[in-house]
Amino acid sequence: MESLQIKTMAEMMAASEEPEVLFWVGCMGSFDDRAKKITKAFAKILNKANVKFAVLGAEESCTGDPAKRAGNEFLFQMQAFANIQVLDGYNVKRIVTACPHCFNTLKNEYPELGGNYEVIHHTQFLQSLLNEGRITVEGGTFKGKKITFHDPCYLGRANGVYEAPREVLSKLDSELTEMKRCKQSGLCCGAGGAQMFKEAEKGNKEVNIERTEDALEVKPDIIAVGCPFCNTMMTDGVKHFNKENEIEVKDIAELIAEAADL
Amino acid sequence: MISSIIFTVLLVATAVIFIRRIAEIKGNINLGRDLDLSDNPSERWKTMARVALGQSKMVARPLAGFMHILIYVGFVLINIEILEIIIDGVFGTHRLFYGLIGSDLYYVLIGSFELLAFLVLVACVVFLIRRNIGKLKRFSGTEMTKWPKSDANIILIVECFLMLALLTMNAADSVLFMMKDTWVMQAGLDHYAGIEFPDSFWVSAYLTGFMPDDPMTLFYIERTCWWIHITGILGFLIYVPYSKHFHIFLAFPNTYYSKLQPSGEFNNLESVKKEVEMMMDPNVDPFAAPAPDAGDVAPQRFGAKDVTDLSWKNLMDAYSCTECGRCTSECPANQTGKLLSPRKIMMDTRDRLEELGKHKRANGSESEDGKSLLGDYVSSEELWACTTCNACTQACPVNIDPLSIIVDLRRFLVMEESAAPAELNGMFTNIENNGAPWQFAQADRLNWKDEA
Repeated sequence: MESLQIKTMAEMMAASEEPEVLFWVGCMGSFDDRAKKITKAFAKILNKANVKFAVLGAEESCTGDPAKRAGNEFLFQMQAFANIQVLDGYNVKRIVTACPHCFNTLKNEYPELGGNYEVIHHTQFLQSLLNEGRITVEGGTFKGKKITFHDPCYLGRANGVYEAPREVLSKLDSELTEMKRCKQSGLCCGAGGAQMFKEAEKGNKEVNIERTEDALEVKPDIIAVGCPFCNTMMTDGVKHFNKENEIEVKDIAELIAEAADL
Repeated sequence: MISSIIFTVLLVATAVIFIRRIAEIKGNINLGRDLDLSDNPSERWKTMARVALGQSKMVARPLAGFMHILIYVGFVLINIEILEIIIDGVFGTHRLFYGLIGSDLYYVLIGSFELLAFLVLVACVVFLIRRNIGKLKRFSGTEMTKWPKSDANIILIVECFLMLALLTMNAADSVLFMMKDTWVMQAGLDHYAGIEFPDSFWVSAYLTGFMPDDPMTLFYIERTCWWIHITGILGFLIYVPYSKHFHIFLAFPNTYYSKLQPSGEFNNLESVKKEVEMMMDPNVDPFAAPAPDAGDVAPQRFGAKDVTDLSWKNLMDAYSCTECGRCTSECPANQTGKLLSPRKIMMDTRDRLEELGKHKRANGSESEDGKSLLGDYVSSEELWACTTCNACTQACPVNIDPLSIIVDLRRFLVMEESAAPAELNGMFTNIENNGAPWQFAQADRLNWKDEA
């Protein structure tokens, strides 16, 4: 398989080019095997839509989100300081990311530390690409499939983005079903607040099991997600119930890439 | 005449006790750190109008929301009648507003108050049943100990009595109005002269059948109910600032000072910012003399160990909490059996603040009692169960932010005590060393490009 055409900011700058948007990949998207598929799917869509984009590659570093949620404000601000230096060094103006945690941190917490960018979540970006006709999808792939969308806390409640992912999903010509807890009252997948990196505290259930039960209730073929952390948690949840052969957990970017035959 | 004096004394005493308690609470809230929330007044007024006045978040749960609106509207509007009762009480008049607005309007006014009183009564009874027989999960929980449970019941029962007294008073009065030409005058109740109504009042009409015929007995029933009603209300005023029911006042300022930023945005600690700049910014002179106006202030703690490390808004939040438990019932950690309950965080903050405030009033403002919110009230296990998902802040009908307290307490644990769970310390180290929460080399960040 040929490798993807991805330019780094350094390469762009060397060629005195400026990208339309910087794709902030994030740590999950860079290193986690499952999340890398989302990254690739999204990069393929960007290429297909002729979006002139770049990544930071080895110059990207953790936004500091998990450190901040865990209370390590020092580490967070050090990361922010270093990242802002890099971003400003390349004169970055627009950032798109497939991770709601990076999205929230870059968009809301960096400005006060001197980093001012237009930050877009990839579902919002996909929405505008579809609306502008820069990509088109064939409905056939998902015809008759039942899809339910799990709202990531840091996209939904934290930033009020509920419609973009749903509007993108509506292009798939599938049956979009809501779980009983959705949008403002959507239940967390259990990974936020740095829980991803530790064992859960003592309790009688895992949060992702509770959330997967919500999803199973609507009997979906696909659980759509918009966050690599939610993806992991929901995938584990589906496996817990031995449903991995019947129910797929997929990022919206993957669904669009599939529908666009990429 | 005597009754006017007694009434005035009671009224003034209540006002004094109430104002002193308010000053106490204000002093306690001011123990918190400064926080400038004077920005965006127009957006703040709008938030207050929508959330507090308009009860927009209450109706997320339709039954409780609707019942609450009945009590709320009843409470606010019946206050107009209380104004009349107070004036009557001080000056010894009877139904003063009758003379001011005329018979027809007064009749409608009292009738609608009665209707509201009846609806409030129904709502209170429904709430009592829900709370005590309904076995709602959110009304139990570790923090719902004896006092919070009684507090809720006391208020509901008192409200029932207040409404019953109001209706009985009106029933007795309306019977007296009807017979005023014959009996009443003979009995010497001449302040009933000149008051006329087309009929009994809308709701108390159903009680008139139970009333006796003797005007003096009726008079005493009316007076007794009048006194029960007004002393009940004055007692309520003294009780409320010691109770969770203080939300009836604080809901308004508390929503005015709501967090206006997206709920995912956590504040950037100023104190840390200075340190980080010193470390990372080559243009900062670490040996620079402090600004002359900086004064000799002790450096603040990173994060919060006690209530005095929290902002005054966090503390106002604590006094605004009415322990409804919507936050806790929406909390993913709590739903899955973890120790964390956002409501407990708020109740602990308030109880600790009350304790510390009392200690400082008795022993001087510099005195410490050796206890703290973290440790003596809130355990680290509770804090580490939080997913920071903002379900609690979304659920709160008066925009309380338990999450901000949780994060500030975590900050203290991590930055002052190095007491993060071991796995999180590993995550921190990874971010420091290789810019990712896992042990992957930063140089490998673009490897995905060439992987099949």
